Amino acid sequence: MSADLRRFAQHNPLGAIGGVIMLLTLVAAVAANAVSTHDPTRTDAAHTFLPPGSSHWLGTDHLGRDIYSRIVHGARISLAVGITCSGLGGVVGGLLGLLTGYGGRRAELIMLPVLDVMQAFPLLVLALVMTAALGPSLVTVIVAISVPLIPRVARVVRAMTLSIRETSYVEAALAMGANSARIVLRHILPNTMAPLIVLATAQLGSAILVEAALSFLGLGVPEPYPSWGRMLSVSAAEFAVRAPWVVIFPGLAISLVVFASNLLGDGLRDFLDPRLRI
Amino acid sequence: MRAYLARRLGLAALTLVGMSVVVFVLLRVAPGNIVDLVFQSAGYVDLAQKQRLAHELLLDRPIAVQYLLWAGQILHGDLGPSYRYGRPAWEIVRPRIPVTIELAILALLVSLAVGLPTGIVSATRQNTGADYALRVFSLAGLSMPAFWLGMVIILVLVRVFGWIPSMLYVSAHTDLRAHLLLFLFPALAAGYRSAALISRMTRSSMLEVLREDYVRTAWAKGLHARTVVSRHALQNALLPIVTVIGTEFTFLIGGLVVTETVFNLPGVAKYLVEAILWRDYPVVQNLVMFIAIVVVVTNLAVDLLYARLDPRVRYG
Repeated sequence: MSADLRRFAQHNPLGAIGGVIMLLTLVAAVAANAVSTHDPTRTDAAHTFLPPGSSHWLGTDHLGRDIYSRIVHGARISLAVGITCSGLGGVVGGLLGLLTGYGGRRAELIMLPVLDVMQAFPLLVLALVMTAALGPSLVTVIVAISVPLIPRVARVVRAMTLSIRETSYVEAALAMGANSARIVLRHILPNTMAPLIVLATAQLGSAILVEAALSFLGLGVPEPYPSWGRMLSVSAAEFAVRAPWVVIFPGLAISLVVFASNLLGDGLRDFLDPRLRI
Repeated sequence: MRAYLARRLGLAALTLVGMSVVVFVLLRVAPGNIVDLVFQSAGYVDLAQKQRLAHELLLDRPIAVQYLLWAGQILHGDLGPSYRYGRPAWEIVRPRIPVTIELAILALLVSLAVGLPTGIVSATRQNTGADYALRVFSLAGLSMPAFWLGMVIILVLVRVFGWIPSMLYVSAHTDLRAHLLLFLFPALAAGYRSAALISRMTRSSMLEVLREDYVRTAWAKGLHARTVVSRHALQNALLPIVTVIGTEFTFLIGGLVVTETVFNLPGVAKYLVEAILWRDYPVVQNLVMFIAIVVVVTNLAVDLLYARLDPRVRYG
């Protein structure tokens, strides 16, 4: 394991940097209470729009809340949503892909049009409508982002399954009398893991971006818990000229984490599956 | 070709029917029905009015009948009433369509103008400093939220250049220069992400083609570098790039939702957000269907474009 990690870091220094940034963000999110300097929800009317300084590292917003502490706590929402959504999308999409790839024509006939239809919606528009229908909450946001990710994963896994089931080792397993479940679980599934991991990492960034956009539009995880997208909401834009730090730092946080996850995703792709190019 | 066209059109129609079912069902799983929600936001309830509204929205009919009547409405280009404005939604949407189309086309132009050259340079100078710089540039484009980029652009214009961009819509007829200036920055903000994707796709597609035998032959013949890259490599690398441009258009429309909101452009996407926030559900349902139609038609157009670009693609 550690040898693998070292090999990865040697061959993909950029990917390793991305991984380290992701890990640091994860630690900050888990230990948010210890890492933050202030209560992220406490307002302070006497200290609104303080510029970055020694008491408030990244300044304060229009309600006098500490921006640094809000960003640290906001990492929880972004990562929770990002990781859960790409995980859910990966597992459900992977299962559907295996099923349509190995299940033969009947499964294909039912599933393919459904996947086609789901993929035809713009990700953000489908997520928007789902949050509008279900009402804003953490669970809604997770569902609204995971569901549009499913068909994207399912397509890739299906294509992989189709090519793997034609290989000679699957034929050999069949000749030895293995049943479908054994072939799928022992022979096909392990071979789809690498692209699946790559895909899930690539979608981590999209999931975080869509969550930010939903929160920005006021349809994300509701107040008072801080989320990066909501820190940038339309009301924040009004203060941007007076207090640029209110807008700049949360946006930098989103960009940095998504950038890191993209670096990690690219690195993993080159490392695990050089054939797959996105 | 004709058989292919017929099949492809049939498939597009089927996708649209599927999408309409999804949209229809989605807005009916909402807790409480549309009438309750419309009245909730209005703040008072008059029972007779409520029943009239339910009747108007066809909610007193069986669900299958509701769906068929609604689909018929959409096919006739009827977007139903907007409860927020008390006018037919189509009247509100129609003047907004050119704004969104113009922004989408400009953003696509920006992304092509930036994405193609950077991708080509990246591929022809693989693993040089220029390649690394351009790859970081495109990865950054994939990582920045479009709405934040928009905010930062406005911020820089105001703080650094002391120029406050107009937030009021100017039509092309009254003042063309102001009109284009109004669209320039939103197009940049929305186009950067697509530019990044196109650049990455162009790079990997070009890298593959540059290693082909016929490209080596072209070099061996002593052809000019520009001829080899543009005639031999780029033309053959274009097919996957066109696919990305096609799928990217779907993303672009999603991106316009936030860009139009940040720059206060009166487009269709901004109206969708407003309708969602105002819980004007009939409008949401019909607008999403409208966007779905645009997406399906674009994908169809991209598929048909293949034939023109790659004679190897046979339709049958």
